[in-house]
Amino acid sequence: MLSRRIIPCLDVADGKVVKGVQFKNHEIVGEIVDLAQRYVEEGADELVFYHITASADGETVNLDWVDAVAQRLDIPFCVAGGIRSVADAAARLEAGADKISINSPALENPDFIDEMVAAFGSQCVVIGIDSLEVDGRYQVKQYTGRPDKMQDSRRDTLTWAKEAVERGAGEIVLNCMNQDGVRQGYDIAQLAAVRQAVSVPLIASGGAGTMAHFKDVFEQADVDGAIAASVFHKKIIDIPELKVWLRDQGLAMRI
Amino acid sequence: MQRVALINSGCANIASVRYALLRQGVEVDVTADPKRITSADKVIFPGVGSFDYALEAVEKSGVVEAMRGLTQPTMGICLGMQMLAQASAEGQKPGLGLIKGQAQRFDDAPGRSVPHMGWNQLEPCGDDPLLRGVEAGAYVYFVHSYYLPPSPNTIARCDYGQPFTAALRQDNFWGCQFHPELSANVGAKILSNFLAL
Repeated sequence: MLSRRIIPCLDVADGKVVKGVQFKNHEIVGEIVDLAQRYVEEGADELVFYHITASADGETVNLDWVDAVAQRLDIPFCVAGGIRSVADAAARLEAGADKISINSPALENPDFIDEMVAAFGSQCVVIGIDSLEVDGRYQVKQYTGRPDKMQDSRRDTLTWAKEAVERGAGEIVLNCMNQDGVRQGYDIAQLAAVRQAVSVPLIASGGAGTMAHFKDVFEQADVDGAIAASVFHKKIIDIPELKVWLRDQGLAMRI
Repeated sequence: MQRVALINSGCANIASVRYALLRQGVEVDVTADPKRITSADKVIFPGVGSFDYALEAVEKSGVVEAMRGLTQPTMGICLGMQMLAQASAEGQKPGLGLIKGQAQRFDDAPGRSVPHMGWNQLEPCGDDPLLRGVEAGAYVYFVHSYYLPPSPNTIARCDYGQPFTAALRQDNFWGCQFHPELSANVGAKILSNFLAL
C-alpha cells in the first residue's frame, strides 16, 4: 500500500536552515547537510528545501548545497525558491535534486509550468501555493519569503491549483499561511477542498503541532504527505515515534 | 574495484544514481560510449523523461546496439526498465525488446493519484538474488505513470489499485520500476545485491 509521507521542511536563508513564525522573524536552526542527514536517519520519507528569500531577492537555490545534500541523501528531495527558467531547474536536477517546486515564478508566468513539464515530466514539477484565508475565501499570495515584498496574486487558490494540474504539475504543496508556524493543526477544510479539486498528490503544509494533527490531516483531508518544520527541528515531535503511532492508528507508514 | 557503466542519455538527474553507486564503493563511469559500456563489469540504464525522447537520445549515440550485445548484469531503472521492454503506451517507438512486455498507463481511478508517487511495498516472488534479504512488504520509492503488467519475468510485484511489476529479470537484464537510489536502506541493499551478481 502506498504510504503517507512525512516530510520535514528545511527553510534555507544565507546557507543555513532557518525558521520563522508566519514567515517572519527568522532564526537560525542549523546546518543544511547535518540536519538533512539527521532526518534521513530518523526515517523521513522525503525532504523539501525552501530557499525562502529567493524569489523576492532575485536569487535562486544554491547549487553547492544541492550537490552536498545529494551526495549524502538516499531519499528523494525537492528544492524550491527562485527557480524561474528551465535552465535553472536543469542545473538543480543535474546536481541531484529529484523535484523542483515552483511558486512565485509560476504565478508571474503560468506557461512556465508547461515548459517545465515538457522538459522534465510531471513527476519533477511541484507547484507550491501559499494560500491565505481572507473573509472565508482562499487567496494565493506571492513573494511570501519577505513580508515587505509579499503581495496578493489576485488568484483564487482552488482555481490556481486546478490550472496548475491542467498544465501538467505532478504534485501540489499547499501551504496554509493562517496556520503556518503556530502549531494549531493543519487547515483541514482548505486542504479537503483542494483534495476534491485535483487528482495529483497533495501535500499539506502549515500548522503541525501534535501527532494527532498528522492523523487528522491524513484521515480527514486525505492528503498524500504532510510537511512540518519547527516541531521536527525543535524535537517537539520525534519522527520514529510519530510514524509508529500513525501506523498503529491504521495509516500506511514506511517504518 | 569493479567498474559500473552508468549510461548517460543526456537526460537530467542521474546524480542520485551516481552518488548511490559511489556510496557502494564502486567506480562509476558515466558514459554513452558503446565501447565503455560493453567493457564494464555492470551496466545501469537509468531513465528520465518520456519514452520516445529518451529512446531517441540513446539511439543517436550507438548505445542501443551496445546494449543488445551485453552479457554482464544490466539493470534498467524506472523508465530505463520500460525502455528495455518491447513498447510503451507512452510512445510510438518500439522499445529495445530485451525484456518481454509492454508498458501501460495507470488509468485515473477514484482515490488513486497518477503519477504513482511515493513509498510503496514490494512483494517478492521467487528468490532472485537481486532481492536477497529484502523482506516482503519492504517500502521502496516509486515515481511513474506507466507500468509493466505482472509476467513470468516478474521478481517482485507492487499494488497500486492493481498489481504491477516492481522488479523483473530476463536473462542478464534486471529492471526496477522503483528507484533503488532513492529507497533508503532497502534500495541500498538492492544495489549492493546487484553489484554482487
